[in-house]
Amino acid sequence: MRNGWRRRTASGARAGVGIALLAAVFLGQSASAAVQADAEAAAKRFVVVLDAAHGGSDPGATLGAVGDEAETLEKNVTLSMSQRLRALLVARGFTVIETRESDVALDEDARATVVNQAQAQACIVLHASEAGSGVHLFVSSLPPMQPQAMVPWKTAQALRVESSLKLGNTLNSAFTSTGRDGESIEPIPVTLGRTTLPGIDSMICPAVAVEIAPLRDKEGKVVSEVTDADYQAHVLNALAAALLVWRSEAGEP
Amino acid sequence: MTPRYQKILFVVLFVASVTMTAVLVRLRERAHDRLLAGAMEAGTTAPAVAPLEQVTLMVADDATSTLAPETIALPLPEEPQARARAVLNRLLSQYSGAQSLHPLPTMAEPVESVFLMPVPQANGDARRAVATGDSGRAGAAGGAILSVPKNADRIAIVNLADQFAASHPSGLETETLTVLSICATLHANLPEVTEVRFLVGGQERATLHGHADLTQTYLTAASAAASGAQP
Repeated sequence: MRNGWRRRTASGARAGVGIALLAAVFLGQSASAAVQADAEAAAKRFVVVLDAAHGGSDPGATLGAVGDEAETLEKNVTLSMSQRLRALLVARGFTVIETRESDVALDEDARATVVNQAQAQACIVLHASEAGSGVHLFVSSLPPMQPQAMVPWKTAQALRVESSLKLGNTLNSAFTSTGRDGESIEPIPVTLGRTTLPGIDSMICPAVAVEIAPLRDKEGKVVSEVTDADYQAHVLNALAAALLVWRSEAGEP
Repeated sequence: MTPRYQKILFVVLFVASVTMTAVLVRLRERAHDRLLAGAMEAGTTAPAVAPLEQVTLMVADDATSTLAPETIALPLPEEPQARARAVLNRLLSQYSGAQSLHPLPTMAEPVESVFLMPVPQANGDARRAVATGDSGRAGAAGGAILSVPKNADRIAIVNLADQFAASHPSGLETETLTVLSICATLHANLPEVTEVRFLVGGQERATLHGHADLTQTYLTAASAAASGAQP
């Protein structure tokens, strides 16, 4: 009787250990699957960094007609556009990071640090100006550089400058052929140039500076101010469309 | 007890010394102003007898974001630094015209001075090339130097007026075009100028008016290429 009880107890203990082992294996497999899924999801996410230029004690340019009620500072316009573009991109499935979400001062190194830590697939630096017409796109003037073990911080963009030029061309195409939901509207004039940009020169991702200027007619008279909400929406829609094309060209759905 | 005549003498001498001090300070200020005025006019006011010379201005166009050559005749002084200053002031004054394709505010002397110096050799070249990202000249990560500047190469230090920088329109494109236009015009008229650095009011400044980077050394040949300058 006692021996029978002992045998039952021993067999019960063995069964318990077996169940525990099975559970551990099952949980372990679930955990590793979850980690793998997270890694795949992280690899698949398409990160775009939006860098609203200026901020805090650095107001940038004064925009809008002087003395007009619409007169405002560049730092406010770039922040507003960054926030609106973020909403457009999130709705399209992008992972979006902003370098600043309020009126704070950031130096160029801090902006580049945010971009590089995000391992972004694209970075758009937003500027606004009263000079010129349409949209001005600028890519770093650094010459391309082969991958190296140690990359100088101030010229890190040289690793991605060719991709930045491709991104600039994609944005250029979107602006020159843009239209809202089939609506027939004039394309936005675009200039594409290269220059030294201390912030962008330190970014290790495709990066383009986008400067929005007033729309002017052939006589140079302003048709749409930079502060015009409709004009801004037009520009932002074109940017969102261009980034969709950029994502599809990168092989993402 | 001090005699009365001594008190009067003391007061008279004191008043005379104060007056003389004020007069001396004023004379010194006037002499300083005259010197500054002379320096401002030196080189830019060409003598009437100076022959007209062909000058190429690399004129910026905001609409196309390019530089286009424009040849004009201008009386120029002999001294290279004064010539460079005269040409740049002519270029920038052109932008204040009503029909300017790159409008800038009117100003008499936007360029206060131009200094021409030999390009620093070896270490200086590596520093500059790295600063501008010219990895071809600096070598990988500032390693072997593949090209050493020739002895004839000059670096131009362009000292812009404070008021010019303060009144310049703020924007990435407009500021960049102004900088590239200055660099390309210098190179077009003084081919030995291969590099340009900028000061504002005699001091180093991060940007022209919030955008164009003034901390780096610009390569004049690269400036023309970057701005899509027409041949």
